[in-house]
Amino acid sequence: MVKINGNDIAADGKTVAEYLESENYRMERIVVEINGNIIPKNSYAETLLKDGDTVEVVSFVGGG
Amino acid sequence: MIPSKEELKAAQAEKQGSELSEKISSATVAVCGLGGLGSNISICLARAGIGKLILIDFDKVDITNLHRQQYKASQIGVYKADALTENLNEIAPYVQTEKHIVKITEENAVELLKGADIICEAFDNPVAKAMLTNTVLEKLPEKYYVAASGMAGMDSPNTIKTRKLSDKFYLCGDRVSDVGDNIGIIPSRVMLCAAHEAHTIFRIIAEKFDV
Repeated sequence: MVKINGNDIAADGKTVAEYLESENYRMERIVVEINGNIIPKNSYAETLLKDGDTVEVVSFVGGG
Repeated sequence: MIPSKEELKAAQAEKQGSELSEKISSATVAVCGLGGLGSNISICLARAGIGKLILIDFDKVDITNLHRQQYKASQIGVYKADALTENLNEIAPYVQTEKHIVKITEENAVELLKGADIICEAFDNPVAKAMLTNTVLEKLPEKYYVAASGMAGMDSPNTIKTRKLSDKFYLCGDRVSDVGDNIGIIPSRVMLCAAHEAHTIFRIIAEKFDV
């Protein structure tokens, strides 16, 4: 299991890009950290989610 | 009569304690975007005697900004970086400011922000928020970074929170209320979020790193 934004999700084995697409995230609005480390946008396609990872996907909304 | 630098410093120390005031006066904060968040945050930091503010915004004051941004009706049409510098000079005359009238991009961000101890994201555009966050976390990992997402609409003030997402990355807001959903933007809720960002900056300066 992978902990994504606090929830246990069976996403291990997927790449970051695959997971984000499956959840319909808007790619130009997001930031992804795995185990506290930023994942550069150009690495989403090759970064695998592993069992035990803690993932934070920040999807920014407008206003300020 | 405008008080002397020493008189203002003594007054700040009386209210905030001399130890914290000393730390605040030696910190440099970059404020990225000078709208409802950034203008409120800058004024809050300046009143407390922040050492230096790096103020960055490409835009001019618009009539629709006045309901939540710290500008005057007489400043419509003036670049926000110029107008805010003017207002800060009246409020807190001894705070050092550095202004940049420019759009922050992946290319110029490091050069603009490298002099700051703490970087504050205060844009309104979600794409710009994500761009700056990715850029700072990738290219300036040694900096503390405070960002905001979700303060539009009329939801409860108590849904605005500050989360620590990684070692030096703090995110304020409710994370869901999107001005793009036509829920409006209300000055008080933007101020709440601005206060979260400003207070998180003070806590980092005070070396209180938890939330």
